[in-house]
Amino acid sequence: MKKLGKIYILIIMLFLYLPIFTLMVLSFNEAKSMAVFTRFSFKWYAELFQSRLMMGAIVNTFSIAILAALIATIVGTMAVLGMDAMKPRTENVLLAANNIPMLNADIVTGIALMLFFLMLNIPRGYCTILFSHATFCIPYVILSVRPRLNKNTDRLFEAALDLGASEKYAFRKIVLPELWPGISSGFLLSFTMSVDDFIITYFTRGAGINTISTLIYSEVKIGIRPSLFALSTIIFVVALVVLLIVNARQAKADAAA
Amino acid sequence: MIRKKTFATPFIIWIIAGTLIPLLSIAYYGFTNREGGFTFANIAAMFEHDHLQALGLSLLLALISTVICLLLAFPMAMILKDSKYGKQGFMIFVFILPMWMNFLLRTMAWQVLLERQGVINTLITAVGLPRQELMNTPGAIVLGMVYDFLPFMILPIYNTVSKIDNHLIEAAYDLGASKRKVYTSVIIPLTVPGIVSGITMVFIPALTTFVISNMLGGGKINLIGNIIEQEFTINSNWYLGSGLSLVMMIFIIVSMVLLQKFDKTGGESLI
Repeated sequence: MKKLGKIYILIIMLFLYLPIFTLMVLSFNEAKSMAVFTRFSFKWYAELFQSRLMMGAIVNTFSIAILAALIATIVGTMAVLGMDAMKPRTENVLLAANNIPMLNADIVTGIALMLFFLMLNIPRGYCTILFSHATFCIPYVILSVRPRLNKNTDRLFEAALDLGASEKYAFRKIVLPELWPGISSGFLLSFTMSVDDFIITYFTRGAGINTISTLIYSEVKIGIRPSLFALSTIIFVVALVVLLIVNARQAKADAAA
Repeated sequence: MIRKKTFATPFIIWIIAGTLIPLLSIAYYGFTNREGGFTFANIAAMFEHDHLQALGLSLLLALISTVICLLLAFPMAMILKDSKYGKQGFMIFVFILPMWMNFLLRTMAWQVLLERQGVINTLITAVGLPRQELMNTPGAIVLGMVYDFLPFMILPIYNTVSKIDNHLIEAAYDLGASKRKVYTSVIIPLTVPGIVSGITMVFIPALTTFVISNMLGGGKINLIGNIIEQEFTINSNWYLGSGLSLVMMIFIIVSMVLLQKFDKTGGESLI
């Protein structure tokens, strides 16, 4: 049974990773062929880095992701604090509305936002993408911050006030540290959702602005070039390194605790 | 108290401007004709042959992909629960790393593998077998869906399975339950919330996708997502596109309501 389990894991891992590894191998292939490996070469990497379009798309992707995550984190965290002061009924209505973008299909969210911008004659570009990304990130921030706010936070906050702390000071020293794990995971979740998004960006971007995703889509439509394999390899390696570092730090923190 | 209702104001404005008004504008366009009059024609258009066929195919392919994902994910979650891998950073490689890879690139990888001159066909012809038409088939689309969405099925199921108290399972065995009985009466009922979130996270993106069908269907196979996308980007018929989106939303809502009936916890295992 144990052995069978191992074989099963191996098969699933091969299924998940073999396609990605194939692209990796082909990214070092000198020929443009998608099947035959001729000679080792870095030329597709060179082509990738010389592409102005791609560099612009990378800058757009990450700047939008950071800004959208930042906006979503601030708006979402404030919303959690604000909703806490409301009647449960009002809060529930707002939370239900908050769920809509999460449960809705991306294509509907994207189309809805596009129609909204078109109706108001807002030219689509960087800002409309940013607004849309913040829209679908806020719910995730609220969902990860809200569970951190509980009765205990209340009591600690009031204790701090009784002991003579100003509201600001007590907020900084009590409430913020209590919420922090939720805030940081909300930020990270928003960031990755934003980087990964294609569909909503596709509908809310204007002509002439690209993120990595939309650029890949338009290039694949014209015809796959091996420079995309190089891009895929780079994204894989970066993601792997980041995750390994995070994981190692986590393990260290766990060992220290 | 530092919590003031006004703190929620930016959020409320954002919900109204970013979610409610945009959704209402879909409803507005969906019930309007080009002349600005009220009409049901955009909704009724779903019953046209091409649209109905696309919707049927979308439902079918999404259903098949979801079932395959479920059948692959459940044993995986069980194995991970019992093995020592579950505790290590191993999980990252099963779920998170694939999710971090751009899904367009992952779909493209299958295009490279399945293409007429692609990797698989080269291997097939190398051993003397005839070239296969793998691309532009419904099978290729299902493969792409399973590949792209499998981690989203494994993750919530693993989350619920790993929280099952092993004592419950042992108790069931001690009381004489067969292995089959333990699964049907203990493990699977306790895993329902995870299964429900997993199905939601696979079925709805699969039902509404236009990217996977475009890339692996070669533009020859139209799903409902493709039809809607084309109405907006190629035909510029927002009215029809909105009407069809409204009908598609009904299918999303119905499938979610049906799924929630099974899940009493209200989707906690999503996070």
